[in-house]
Amino acid sequence: MSEPVIRVVALGKTYPTAVGDFPALRDVDLTIEAGEFVAIMGPSGSGKSTFMNLLGCLDTPSSGDYFLVGRNVAHLSRDELARLRNRTLGFVFQGFNLLPRMNLEDNVSLPLVYAGIDRRERRRRARSELDRVGLGEYAGSLPSRISGGQQQRVAIARALIHSPSLILADEPTGNLDSQTSEEIMALFGALNRDGITLVLVTHESDIAAHAARQVRFRDGRMVSDQPTPKAPATC
Amino acid sequence: MLRAMLGEAWQAMGANRLRTALTMLGMVIGVGSVVLMMAIGQGAQYAVAQTISTMGSNLYIVISGSTSAAGLRSGGGGGPTLTVADAEAIAELEGVVNVAPVHQGTQQLVHGANNWSSTVVGTTPPYLDARAWTIVAGYPFGDSDVRSATRVALIGRTAAENLFGTDDPLGQTIRIRQSPFVIIGVLGPKGQNLDGRDQDDTVIIPLSTAQRKVFGTPFVGSVRMIMVQATSAEAMPAVERDMTALLRQRHRLREGQDNDFFIRNLAAAADSAAETTRVMSVLLGAIASVSLLVGGIGIMNIMLVSVTERTREIGIRMAIGARERDILAQFLLEALMISIAGSLLGLALGVGGALLTNALTDMAIVISGGSVLVAFAVAAGVGIFFGYYPAHRAAALDPIEALRHQ
Repeated sequence: MSEPVIRVVALGKTYPTAVGDFPALRDVDLTIEAGEFVAIMGPSGSGKSTFMNLLGCLDTPSSGDYFLVGRNVAHLSRDELARLRNRTLGFVFQGFNLLPRMNLEDNVSLPLVYAGIDRRERRRRARSELDRVGLGEYAGSLPSRISGGQQQRVAIARALIHSPSLILADEPTGNLDSQTSEEIMALFGALNRDGITLVLVTHESDIAAHAARQVRFRDGRMVSDQPTPKAPATC
Repeated sequence: MLRAMLGEAWQAMGANRLRTALTMLGMVIGVGSVVLMMAIGQGAQYAVAQTISTMGSNLYIVISGSTSAAGLRSGGGGGPTLTVADAEAIAELEGVVNVAPVHQGTQQLVHGANNWSSTVVGTTPPYLDARAWTIVAGYPFGDSDVRSATRVALIGRTAAENLFGTDDPLGQTIRIRQSPFVIIGVLGPKGQNLDGRDQDDTVIIPLSTAQRKVFGTPFVGSVRMIMVQATSAEAMPAVERDMTALLRQRHRLREGQDNDFFIRNLAAAADSAAETTRVMSVLLGAIASVSLLVGGIGIMNIMLVSVTERTREIGIRMAIGARERDILAQFLLEALMISIAGSLLGLALGVGGALLTNALTDMAIVISGGSVLVAFAVAAGVGIFFGYYPAHRAAALDPIEALRHQ
């Protein structure tokens, strides 16, 4: 069997505060295999965002180890973390986070700029990812000219551009209406069927129902880890 | 990569055009004033250097001492203490190239119905060499003219124009103090000296003729002043020392007795004039540099605002894989583009201003490639220096904090 995409061992993160260290995450053990679709759930303050930041290599843990595709990334330098974010991970945010002054093609190809890939190749790959999410005809438009759902598709195309091992989505449907949310989740489902590993943070159970596995956090600890019930809560 | 970053920097500059333009204006004014001030300063230096070069180089003037008669003391040159023999003795000293006794004064020149008051210089042939004075028509007088006190004259341009108008003065006769002089040579133009006196308003005649026919003299062989040219600037102090010793010995001055002559160093006067203009041009440049500094601070200010405004953008870029050096390069490039674009406009403005100054006034203007290059290099340096801190701040942002920034 191949290497798990994510393996965290006794992972912890504490933040210094005025009244002493605050443990935002305590002793988390979790393994996610390639091709899985996992939803991370929990109320705010449960530590799920801290966990996502660690998984996304945006932050380094205070204790424990994190193996991303077999490599321990717990103590890497800022530049090495940047390289992982660039090549191995893809991010999808709640607020889309496209750069407003760039057209869609440039937004999608921006990670390739930081990887030092030449212009022609960037263009070709950006076009093909935009086609994949169904927005190829808008390549030259600015993000402000398209709807929120379309912007999120562009953000997904950007996350996909480097053919990452893992896509991390933080409340990807939080700013979208339920109709559009379903479309975005359908797109995620399709990507997962293509073999892409997905980890999704949400607090909505009907969104989490699209995942095959649900992990719950509370007060900085992982409290449950189980497959999604067979009867999904579709309305 | 660079091309993509240049494009992005261009976009960022275009995103807030007025702000970018105003920031650039700081650099435009800074570089423009540096270029203009350096052009004016170097112009002044050039003008002074021109004037100095017309005086002749490494010159001393030895002037006879003063006399006192019935309580009235004459100024320097009044006493009959220097002689032609002194001049001949000085010529033997080491480090001396040209020695010319000089007797000069203002006299009325007459030609036909015209007359003109001008400086008449009685001297010997080495005078022309010492003053680096050329003859543009005719020929100079020689030692034989001095020996036999011939009535020949060399005429300067201003005196010639006033006496002869557009006619050729060569071969014409002028009268000085009733004595007719034949003009055998026309002097090349020199312009004003450091005092602003017109050096071309002059007539040069043999010393002996001047003393016998024009000025008169207390006794034959006495002169009021001797012009001495040293071989080089380095030789000047030794020449001055030897000359003083020689003249004291010849004049039989005892230990403790004052000199009965004065030695003036024309090179020192020229040096101080050159130094004055040099200081002036450094001062002008320094003042202009302050505005360049202010322009640089303007860039820093706007870049800091820009980093704060774009904190979220920086967070997004970091999340998708920008390294610190990518962010640093991006903001540095933006600062550099603003300062270079501003410099180019400032350069055009400065050169334009200098040419305009030249056209509207008679101020000398020198635009050297060096000053332009320096201004440009300084501007680029300002962009990097003042752009670095904001860019470093952007690059050092924590990706999570930056992403949360609204």
